[in-house]
Order: sequence, then C-alpha cells, then structure tokens
Amino acid sequence: MSEAAANPLLSLKDLHMHFPVKGGVFLTAKASCRAVDGVSFDIMPGETVGLVGESGCGKSTLGKCIVRLLKPTSGEIHYDGINLGTIGRRRLKPLRREIQMIFQDPADSLNSRHTVRGILEEPFQIQKIGDSTSRQKKVDELLDVVGLPLSAADRFPFEFSGGQRQRIGIARAIALNPKLIICDEPVSALDVSIQSQILNLMLDLQEQFKLSYLFIAHDLAVVKHISDRIAVMYLGRVVEIADADTVYHNPRHPYTRALISAVPVPDPTRKRERIVLSGDVPSPINPPAGCPFHTRCPHVQDICRTEVPKLRNVAGDSERAHSVSCHFDL
Amino acid sequence: MSETLLEVRDLVTGFDTDAGLVRAVDGVSFTVPKGRTVGIVGESGCGKSVTALSIMRLLPRPMGRVLEGQILLEGKDLIQVEDEEMRQIRGSRISMIFQEPMSALNPVHRIGKQLTEVYLEHLDITKVEAMNRAIELLGHVGIPSPEIRVTEYPHQLSGGMRQRVVIAMALACKPSLIIADEPTTALDVTIQAQILELMQKLQVEMGMSIILITHDLGVIAETCDEVVVMYAGRVAETGPVREIFENPKHPYTKGLLDSIPRLDHPRKTHLSIIEGMVPGLLELPPGCRFQNRCPYKEDLCVDTPPTMESISDEHGVACFRWRDIK
Repeated sequence: MSEAAANPLLSLKDLHMHFPVKGGVFLTAKASCRAVDGVSFDIMPGETVGLVGESGCGKSTLGKCIVRLLKPTSGEIHYDGINLGTIGRRRLKPLRREIQMIFQDPADSLNSRHTVRGILEEPFQIQKIGDSTSRQKKVDELLDVVGLPLSAADRFPFEFSGGQRQRIGIARAIALNPKLIICDEPVSALDVSIQSQILNLMLDLQEQFKLSYLFIAHDLAVVKHISDRIAVMYLGRVVEIADADTVYHNPRHPYTRALISAVPVPDPTRKRERIVLSGDVPSPINPPAGCPFHTRCPHVQDICRTEVPKLRNVAGDSERAHSVSCHFDL
Repeated sequence: MSETLLEVRDLVTGFDTDAGLVRAVDGVSFTVPKGRTVGIVGESGCGKSVTALSIMRLLPRPMGRVLEGQILLEGKDLIQVEDEEMRQIRGSRISMIFQEPMSALNPVHRIGKQLTEVYLEHLDITKVEAMNRAIELLGHVGIPSPEIRVTEYPHQLSGGMRQRVVIAMALACKPSLIIADEPTTALDVTIQAQILELMQKLQVEMGMSIILITHDLGVIAETCDEVVVMYAGRVAETGPVREIFENPKHPYTKGLLDSIPRLDHPRKTHLSIIEGMVPGLLELPPGCRFQNRCPYKEDLCVDTPPTMESISDEHGVACFRWRDIK
C-alpha cells in the first residue's frame, strides 16, 4: 500500500459536471442538471477506490469525466501531477494509454462487427505501437492473461457469454499497460457464479500489473470486497469517504448507514434492524437546498435545510482517514 | 405444515426454435403452502421465469407451450382449464408482478384507469366505486396523495412508485397467490428495502402466498420461508430457507453461497468460484446438468440424471453425492 509520502496517481479537486437542460422554442438552457457537484478525492498508486451510490448520483458521470469522455464544467483533474484540463489533445493522447475504462455491458461496448483480434489490436493501432506481427503476439498474450482460449481471437463478440465478453473488455483495457482503470459497474450485468470469476481476475491483474482502480458500482458488498477505500456519493456529492472496513464497521453519515442496512444479507438467521429510508432520491436538476440528503434523513434538523455541510475529517484513533459531510456527529 | 395452495408437478415447458424443441423447464416440481413465501433462485436461463409464465399461462404463443405435468391450484389443474376461465383466474386468484414496472404499465393511460380496469374486469361495480377503491389501494401501498396520482401517467412516477402501482394492481382483487418475478432488481437498494418491506407487510395483512423469483440470495434469505434452487431447467435443491443456507447439499447451491462477496468477509481475498459456465439448453449433457462445473463429479453423473432424493421431510436434493457434501 501507499506510503505516507507517496504522491496520488489521480487527484480530483472540486470537480463539477453540470449538463444544461434545454427547453422552449429555441432549446435554450433552462436549468442545469448538477450530475457531479463538487467532488474531491485522491487515488494512490496501486489503490482501489470504490465509488458507491444509487442510480443518478453521478458516479458514472464522474468516471466519464476522468477518462475525458466528458469535459467537466469546472474543477481540476490531476493525473500524476499533470492537470488534464489544461493540456491539449496532442499531449492528452499518450496519457490516454495510462487511463482506461471497463464498461458495464460488454455487449454494448465491444464492436459487434470486429473479431476479438480486431478489438484488441485497435488500441495499438490508434497509439501506433508495434507492427502487425508484434500486435498479433500481444493479442495472444492478452487472451491468455484474461483466461480466454487463443481460438477466441478470430470469433465475434456475440459468440461469447456475458462473462467471457467482460474478459474481452478487460483485455482491451489492460492492452496498453495502463496505470489506472475506471471500472463502471463491471460485474453488475453478470450472474453470481460468473461475477466471482471476474472479481478474482481483477484482483489478480491488479497485483500482476500494479493497477489502480476506480471501481464504480451500486452493490456495496462487491465494492467492499474489492476496494481499499470507499467513497459514498449522493446527488453528485461525496458524503463519506474512508477505508473500506471503516465505512462498513463505523459509518458516520446517515445515508451510508441506511445504505449498509438496506443490503440484503444472505443469512436467514440474522435479523437486523433495517433503516428504511422514506421517499425517493430528489432530482439533480433541482436539488434541495442545504444538505442534499435532508429530504430523506431521519436525523434532519433546521440547519440541514439551509446550510450545505462540508466534508470534514472525523477520523478516530484507529482510523487512517475518514471524512463525512454531515453537520452532526452521529 | 400448512395447507398447500399451489402444487407444480413434473412441469415440462418447451419452446420451438430454429434448432428444434428446447425444453426450458424440464421436470420441475414444488409446492407453495398457504400464506408462505417460496423463493425460486437461479441464474439467467435456468427456467425460473418460464416456470412463472407457465403457471400464469402467459407463455409467448405459439412458440412456448407446456408439454407435460400439472399445475394444481387448490386441486384444479390450470393447464386444463379453458382460456376464458383462465382469464378470470388471472388477476383474481393469481396475479403477477414483473421486473420492469415501466413495461408492465401502459404508458398512454392514466394510473387510475389502469387500476380500475382490474376491478371492472373482475367485479360487478361502477366506475366511480372502482376509482374510489383504486385511490384507497394506492394509499395502502404507500403512495402519497393517491387522489392526485390516479390522474397521472406512469412516466410521471419514480421507479419505486411505479413498482408500488404494479403491486397495487396485483393486489386489487385480493388474490391468493402473487408471483413476483425479480420485483426489485431494477430498483436501488434503499428502494428495494422499501418494496420488500411493503410486500411482507401486505402478506401478513392479506394472508396471500408469494412466489418470489430472484437471482439475489440475500433477498431470498430475508424474505422467503422456502426456496427452490434451479439449474438449467431442473430443480437442484429445495427446502426451508434456513436449512438450505446452513446446510446446502447440492454442489451448485453450495458453490453459489460460497461465491458471493459478503460485507462481513475479509477484503481483497479470492472468492471461491464455480468453474466454467452454464451449458446452453441445446447442448445439455445426458446425465447431471451441473457435471461440467461440479467438483464432486463421478462416473455415475455422466450419463444418469439424478432424481430428487429426500434428506428430510422438507429438504430435497437432486445429487448422487449429497452425503459427501459438507
């Protein structure tokens, strides 16, 4: 794990991503959807940061901002000390090798008209690496690393099952020896018995290639299993961030607590106190004033309706780092 | 043991495909006692939804049909009844909750119209009376200001609220059995917790039985009394939830339970896995269907399909080697 002096591989500083909501005759921007609304955290080399939250909380948008599929409205993304927002396309291109992405649905993210070989060679072609012989050799190596037979190279994505397709997606992501992989719900579409195979593969690859992961998912049990630290997002903001075990054993934000208690536990003998939140997640187009969670919070006070709580350090004696954005010490 | 409401006996459901007849469900038997919740769990393609559609007689026609077996609802075989009678049974005696509430609701009709339709179809009441009942029912499933909601369209509601409407529709005529096919899979965990709690509350109040189809063993553990584990169109293991989770006797059940990441387990350790993947329904092996992934496989498993053996009164398993599975 990272030393105290190590520099973060990726550093997000007050990142905002607002989408205009258009309306009217001339489709002028009428409002904005604050999908990501001031997010800051670091990812250290070799570390896995899990990002959990419910649909619409902005976790996928955040991932897309980091790989620059989206250009953030404001805020900074520093990769290895370089501010990705200020450099031009030419300087960005070699950096794209180092940050890759794995998508949720491998059926959608693989080109159905290309063979697996074509899909896996493309990164090398785009980055102009090697000749056709060396690329072929590299494809064979990649297939072996992700546990697919060499015969897979000349087949098309539809000939594979969901789990195998996700292996192809992973092979493509690691093709150029990246340092950071953004994984957007990589196992949510898979069956339970296949999910564990893919999680094991991802753990092995991390060790083998010293990868850092940003692991985005809604399944808290999966996220906790694979992550070193967990950030919990709600309505575009990080409400709690700490070591994975700390988040599970000592959650301090009422939303994190409710989220943990809502996860169904596969143990019929355990009857737990479940915190059932009332109501739905508010819309990010018109987020509530004050604390974004106050409409559903069981501990809501007057101050929550007017003042936005800042992310503050609440680390206890045995905890490495622990930040929560809540006005109260719960 | 309470009275039996529904009994499925040796159900075989097939689909005509370009490659020939595929038996998606192949000899499935289980019972649903009155007032209890039975979970059907298994991976995609194991036949759990086809079993549900067979009970409802909603298989896609003309490709899908029940080939063999009986579905006895309080002794009456649903496979034999006329279409017109089945229409009456559907909605009033058995109803269904689907996974995706947006596709279960008609997008061009108001919520109120869709709900009153159920009443007008099955009961002899006026439209005004039906609307009053619909409003009352929506309030009952936890929808705030139901008198406004009945005038709205499905797209105006959130996912959780839509699923509440679908539940209200299913409950409208107080059926004795509700089949819920992945009712919370499309919902967020905090909303899932709300919906599962609602279903449990309504079950206590109305005394109906529930068949809950899911791939999530956590949901099974928290809501079901009994569980049927399916694999490739057959029942692998069946029994009371506690017994199955504490003492699984089929290698598949055991493999599934061992492979799920749990919140209270150590992080970044290798999960135990089930090797390989589910065989396609067109290339099933002649013997046990789990053999290509089973760590306990022996010669007998290759060509002889295992039959259901009783371990105790309630616990059954289809495996030759269940005695060796610890």
